[in-house]
Amino acid sequence: MGLLDRLDNPYEAGGIILGTIEDVLNWGRSRSDWYLHFGLACCAIEFMAMNASHFDFMRFGIIPRATPRQADFIMITGTVTLKMAERIKVLWEQMAEPKYCISVGSCANCGGPYWQYGYHVLKGVDRIIPVHVYVPGCPPRPEAMEEGMMKLQKLIDQQAIFRKRQRLAEEEALKEK
Amino acid sequence: MTTRKFIDIDFSRIESDRMRLNVGPQHPSTHGVLRLEVELDGEVVTDVIPHIGYLHRCFEKIAENVTYPQVIPYVDRMDYVSSMNNELPYVMAVEKLMGIKVPDKVEYIRVIMSELNRIANHQIAIATFGLDAGAFTPFLYLFRDREYILWIFEKASGARLLFNYFWIGGLANDVYPTFKEDVLNIVKQVRKTNQEIERLLIYNKIFIDRTANVGILPADVAINYACSGPVLRGSGVQFDLRKNEPYSIYDRFDFEIPVGKGEVGTVGDSWDRNIVRMREIEQSCRIIEQAVEQMPNEGDVQQAIPKKVRPPKGEIYFRCENPKGELGFYIISDGKDKPYRVKARAPSFVNLSVLPEISRGYLFADLIVILGSIDIVLGEVDR
Amino acid sequence: MEITEIYNKLKDKFGDSVKDLIISPPSDAFIAIASDKLFDICLELRDNPEFDFDYLMCISAVDFSENLEVVYHIYSMNKKHKVILKVSVPKENPVVPSIERIWRSADWHEREAYDLLGVVFEGHHNLIRILLPYDWEGHPLRKDYKEPETYHGMKVPY
Repeated sequence: MGLLDRLDNPYEAGGIILGTIEDVLNWGRSRSDWYLHFGLACCAIEFMAMNASHFDFMRFGIIPRATPRQADFIMITGTVTLKMAERIKVLWEQMAEPKYCISVGSCANCGGPYWQYGYHVLKGVDRIIPVHVYVPGCPPRPEAMEEGMMKLQKLIDQQAIFRKRQRLAEEEALKEK
Repeated sequence: MTTRKFIDIDFSRIESDRMRLNVGPQHPSTHGVLRLEVELDGEVVTDVIPHIGYLHRCFEKIAENVTYPQVIPYVDRMDYVSSMNNELPYVMAVEKLMGIKVPDKVEYIRVIMSELNRIANHQIAIATFGLDAGAFTPFLYLFRDREYILWIFEKASGARLLFNYFWIGGLANDVYPTFKEDVLNIVKQVRKTNQEIERLLIYNKIFIDRTANVGILPADVAINYACSGPVLRGSGVQFDLRKNEPYSIYDRFDFEIPVGKGEVGTVGDSWDRNIVRMREIEQSCRIIEQAVEQMPNEGDVQQAIPKKVRPPKGEIYFRCENPKGELGFYIISDGKDKPYRVKARAPSFVNLSVLPEISRGYLFADLIVILGSIDIVLGEVDR
Repeated sequence: MEITEIYNKLKDKFGDSVKDLIISPPSDAFIAIASDKLFDICLELRDNPEFDFDYLMCISAVDFSENLEVVYHIYSMNKKHKVILKVSVPKENPVVPSIERIWRSADWHEREAYDLLGVVFEGHHNLIRILLPYDWEGHPLRKDYKEPETYHGMKVPY
């Protein structure tokens, strides 16, 4: 759990943690991610199941938002068609920085079962927007999506805020990918 | 133009500019990626133009390029909340074309699975309808129960949502030993939740106020628009393919066709369409109980599976009662191992086309309720 | 009413516009008709109380290399009988009269057939693409269709 792990014994050590401001900010950011409420296809049904009682996605500290302007990350759950692709680009551009993208399911990753004859399917959402975490499966189980969320939290935890040079290098690396 | 009964204003006299509003394709209550172009006069809807195709996944083109058994996974992905029901008409159409008679045990398992999936589908439909009307709690209750049904599917087929379980001539694999007890337990649980939901949601005063007398669909309009399933039955038409044109082994069971009666409003309003789904869950439970009782334990579920699926030259239109309505497959075979043409007559596609007709003259907030009451799945609308 | 009876009655009324009745089990039996009289025949099927066909199940268009065929599956809610009509038109000029005014459900089915196979329905009030984007080129369900390399700058093939 990052920051809190440094506290060996919270009751006897006086409750003091030594760390950087960056750690604290990242800790806060990664534990209260808001996502854009947005479903595309079959994976969205599993996504709904994940939001419901058994899997309880909200224990990760996330809240669904209906507008991209208040969202921290977007989950592309399902097949992206060419007609929809331009809308997704617009949604992505409307989101405020820093923003993240989780691509859920084979269709969003690479076109899935539609890769060969799907003349109207975009073969992978990473052709139009940058993707931070890929979740495989057709459709992925809710547990898999939760793991994707944990991977995103880890990624945010390790991000640099003040070390500008490192941050720029990271962005370069992301663009190349 | 019809106006709402309990709002005492004649909207047509107020002079104002019409406004065009775009709803979707990213909108929480459009059930996916539907886009509606709404023309508003103040807050009153004067016209709705649905724009579909944001999830057009080229099913028919793909079906022409893969072999008959390989089409089944794509059929699953059409209406992804009731995949078992989607597979049934497709495999039965090919079986009829090839003249295959499947063993009794397979038929029983198919019926049990289809009816379980019908329950799961209606539970989602009622849950999201509640969400559209502003009730969040029933969503959690119904999704809890749906999860138990998915566990059975998972144990039997290995997948939670898209199964590829019905094969041409049989099943992918036999059911597991404690299948019958599990199914009966589920039925018990579903009935209990049904009673809860009836108290919590269906006869809730707020829910009735939101949905009764909203989106009235008269029976003759419903037939002219070729609506089917709960949308048609909500208008009081007693038509169910399981009863009227019994396929598979549905003629062996005793069940009723629930229809909308206008209990709290007018016949054919949104509440009626929803109550039909509620009552259908109960009827599905009855079918499942009878099927479990009659189902033979012995038998090989793969004995009738042909080694080579190559139907003779010909064509067939086969339709089944999907939870959403009449799902038909029109298959043309030219004697090769790939279909020449597969056309899917999707119930959601046809049911959605009635939306402009029934939403004119209502408030904008009612449009969302009406759309929720039709219960569409965009994967099937766009295919 | 059996399909042979329907066929004979239509044949008496419309003569040569009603072509053949083809029965070859296990396929469904169908009636082939000429495209110019389609609207009148459908109107007769709906309005004649003997037929009473009020429920248009499905319209499918099929590409046979030289011709395009449009198939109508029609059902009667009261009499519980069904009929299948087939219209064949040349691929260069695929024009079929629209029956949208008879059964409203034909509206979207016809738009879909136009979108995916390029059958032009004469008299349809709003014959535009329905599934594909409005600026899409070609009709993908035709057998000779080639998918585009790019669409709005996005690469289409894998």
